[in-house]
Amino acid sequence: MSRMRLAMRNRAFLFFSLIMPLAFLFIYMGIFGRGKVQAVPYLLAEVLALTVMGSFWGLSVQLVTFREQGILRRFRVTPVGASAMLASSLLSNYVLTLPTIAIEFYLSRQVFNMAGLGDILSIFVLVTVGTVTFASLGLIVASVTNTMQETQIINQIIWFVFLFISGATIPFPMLPGIAQKVALFLPATYLVSGLQRVMSERNTGIMDLGVYLASLVGCALIAFVISAQLFRWEPEAKAPRRAKLLAASAIIPFLLLGIWENLNGDLRNHAMKDLQSIREPYSLERIER
Amino acid sequence: MLGGAAIEVLNLTKRYGNVEALRGVSFSVSEGEVFGLLGPNGAGKTSTVEILEGLRTPDSGSVSVCGLDPQTSGDEFSHIIGAALQSTALPDKMRVREALDLFGSFYPRRRGTPELLKRFGLEEKRNAFYSQLSGGQKQRLALALALVNDPRVVFLDEPTAGLDPQVRREIYDIVEELKKEKKTILLTTHYIEEAEKLCDRVAIVDQGKVIALGTPRELKQRSGAVTRITVRMTKPETNGALCKLEGVTECRAEADDYLLYSTRVPRTIVALVKHLEEQNNELVSLEMSSPSLEDIFIELTGRRLRD
Repeated sequence: MSRMRLAMRNRAFLFFSLIMPLAFLFIYMGIFGRGKVQAVPYLLAEVLALTVMGSFWGLSVQLVTFREQGILRRFRVTPVGASAMLASSLLSNYVLTLPTIAIEFYLSRQVFNMAGLGDILSIFVLVTVGTVTFASLGLIVASVTNTMQETQIINQIIWFVFLFISGATIPFPMLPGIAQKVALFLPATYLVSGLQRVMSERNTGIMDLGVYLASLVGCALIAFVISAQLFRWEPEAKAPRRAKLLAASAIIPFLLLGIWENLNGDLRNHAMKDLQSIREPYSLERIER
Repeated sequence: MLGGAAIEVLNLTKRYGNVEALRGVSFSVSEGEVFGLLGPNGAGKTSTVEILEGLRTPDSGSVSVCGLDPQTSGDEFSHIIGAALQSTALPDKMRVREALDLFGSFYPRRRGTPELLKRFGLEEKRNAFYSQLSGGQKQRLALALALVNDPRVVFLDEPTAGLDPQVRREIYDIVEELKKEKKTILLTTHYIEEAEKLCDRVAIVDQGKVIALGTPRELKQRSGAVTRITVRMTKPETNGALCKLEGVTECRAEADDYLLYSTRVPRTIVALVKHLEEQNNELVSLEMSSPSLEDIFIELTGRRLRD
C-alpha cells in the first residue's frame, strides 16, 4: 500500500514517461510509417522500447533530487528500508509506464491502422521486465553519482548510447559493424530487438524470447542488488570510489558474458535481420527508386 | 528516575574529519519529560539528536530510547519515535493530505489525517502542494508527520528556527499540548526563551559537551544569584566607572544600555544613583531581572548564544 502511495509523487515525471514517447510515436509513424501499414508494428516496437528505456531517466533524477533535498532522510526515520524505498520507486514507475504503452498501442491501431497486436503476453513480459531493468540501471546511476550535475552527465552519455546503438532509433542492421558489436553488449539492444521480434514476426511466443528475457532479468537483478547496496540516504554521504568500481565492475562482466555468448551464438544478428526483412519488402522499392 | 528513563545517552563521541562534534555527551530523559538541548550552532545538538534517531552512528558511547538501540532495533524502534528533522523536505508536488496519508501508511498504529489536519491548523491547506506552504506551515506539517504514529518519544530538532515570533508561539502551543499528553520530548534550540518556556530540564551544550544540566530554575540558581540591572542614561558613560560600583561583578554596554551584574543589588543601586549625581547624568530607565539562561550561558562559556 505504502509503495502505491509513493507512486503519487511521480506526477512531475509524467512528461518523460508520457509526452516524450508519444512525440516519438508521431514522429516515427509520420515520417517512416506513412502509407506503409506493414511498417507500423516494427516502428511501434521502437517507440515501446523508448518508452520503457525512459524509466532510466526519470528514476535516477528523482532519487538524486530526493537525496539532495533531504527528502530521503525523512523517510529514513520511518520503518521504510532502502530496498522498500527502491522497490516502491520501481513499482510506481512501472504503473505509470503502462498507460503510456496502452495509449501507444491504441494510437497505432486507430490512427496508423496497425493490423495485429502481436503476442500480447510476450509484449507484456518484455515491457515489464524492461521497465524494471532500465529503472534499476537508473537507480545505479543515482547511487554512484554525488550531485545532480553528475547524474545528468552520466545519464546523457548512457542514454545516447542506448538511443543510437541499440536499434531504438537506427535499426540494428543499418549500424556499422563495430556499432553492432558494441550494441550486443547493451541491455537496450535486447529490449529493442525482443520487442521488434514479437511485433514483426508472426508466431513469436514467449518461449522464443529466452535470451532476451534472461539478459534483461539478469541485468535488472544485478542492478537492483547493487543499487540497494550502494543506497545513500544522506545528501552529504559521498559515494566512495570503491562503490563506483563495484557498480561498474558488476555490470561489465555480466554484459561481457551475455555478449560473448551472443556473438558466438549469432542469434541476435539473425533475429535483427529477420526483423528488418519484415520491413524491407515494403521499404526496399522506395529506397531503390 | 527509577527505571523511568525514556532516553539514555552515555559518553557519546563523534568526529567529522578533523572536527570533534561530540566530546563525551551524557544525559538521560525521563518518560513524559520535555528535555531541551540548548546551545549555539555547531555545539553538537543535531549530531546528538540524529544519533538518537538512528540517522548517525556514534564513534563511541551508547544511546538507548525506551530501552532500544536505534542502530539495531529496526522497525520496533521506528514505530515508537517521531521526528522533525532539521534539514529535510518533502517532494514539492506532494499535497499536505497525501503526505499525512503516506507517512501514516508506514505504521500499524496511526493517527487519522483529518485529526492531524485539524490539530495543526492545516485543514485549509490540505490540498496544497508542499512547495506552496509557508515556512510555518511546513514546520507544522513536519510536526504533524512526527506525530502521525502517535510515538512515545518525539525528537524536535530546532522546531522554530527561522520562523517569525508569532509562528514560533504557535509551535510552542503545540509542544505544550504534547507535554499534556505525557509524550517524552527532546528538543534542540538556540533560543533561550524556548528552552525556558517549554522544557522541564535543559542541558546546555557547547563545543560537543554538556556544560550544565538541570531545570531552568536550578540553572539560574546555580549561577550565583547574580541579578542583571539594565540602565539607560541621558549621557553615555565611557570610563568604566560603572564597573567599579559596589556589588557589581561584571558590566558591559549593549547598544544604549548598560548591563550591570550585581550580587548586592540595594548597594549597587545606591552607588549608581550617587555616581550619576556626581556626573550630572540622569537615568532614563532602569530594569532589573533575575538571571536568564542566556546569562548563564555567557557565564559558563564567556560567549553569547546567538551568533
